[in-house]
Amino acid sequence: MTPEIKRVGAFEGLPAFPATSRVKAVPTGPLARILFRGSPAAAASVSAVFGAPLSTVPMRAGEAGGRAALWLGPDEWLLIGRDGEGEAILAAIAGAVAEPHSAVDVGHRNTGLVLSGARAVDVLNAGCPLDLHPSAFPIGMCTRTLLGKAEIVLWRQAADRFHIEGWRSFAPYLLGFLAEAAREYA
Amino acid sequence: MLLITCPICGPRPEIEFRNMGEAHIARPTPEGTSDDDMAAFLYLRSNPKGLIAERWRHVHGCARFFNAVRHTVTDKFVTVYEVGAPKPDLAALAADLAADLAAREAGR
Repeated sequence: MTPEIKRVGAFEGLPAFPATSRVKAVPTGPLARILFRGSPAAAASVSAVFGAPLSTVPMRAGEAGGRAALWLGPDEWLLIGRDGEGEAILAAIAGAVAEPHSAVDVGHRNTGLVLSGARAVDVLNAGCPLDLHPSAFPIGMCTRTLLGKAEIVLWRQAADRFHIEGWRSFAPYLLGFLAEAAREYA
Repeated sequence: MLLITCPICGPRPEIEFRNMGEAHIARPTPEGTSDDDMAAFLYLRSNPKGLIAERWRHVHGCARFFNAVRHTVTDKFVTVYEVGAPKPDLAALAADLAADLAAREAGR
């Protein structure tokens, strides 16, 4: 008999985020995530098959057709697609890039949530020391940084909406930290 | 919070960085290097009171290594530069720093 395997989301079973009219946090659910490392030339080849462009400008995300490519370093990008697309993206990268590179599926290592609302910046700044003013952190900017003691990837999707990527084992910490910070804006 | 300027990401909070020790220490080839010289390469560092060239890593950011000149007393970052770039003239930087300080004192 084949044992039944059930996929459990990282945020399942955790205390609910105290959503208010000014801030709320919603898990993204499962997504395909590929960590791509290679030269800018290799990244250009990936852009052609992935859809969303891999930015060569530091800390900028490219987005198209439900897919996103987040710049993490001069030779490092986080590619995000819909759940179940991981295999297809890996195959497309393998076919498009001839030079040495690395593409690793981290879809099950990472988990994401979307923090939105008028007070989202204040809640983030409780644990993230970056300047999140729109002049310093405009829409479309993304970077690896810290939230409290956990490393996250922060991506500003709109003036008051942030996509936060963290490691799945940090999910209780991240959600707990944000919930604690949000109490001030209940 | 102290801001450190990453050559790639710009000014970022210090907790995103790791100090990786003194920069510009070249590993000698083990053959033909005396035990004393090898021990010096491994264990002896300059540890100055003043400016020092160090390796830093923006570990919670772009994850890249870079070099920086820092004052070990005031913690001031005088300059940052890419890995592989030649070591700046620390004496000249120290003189600039002293002149800058003197000018501020005079202006006060």
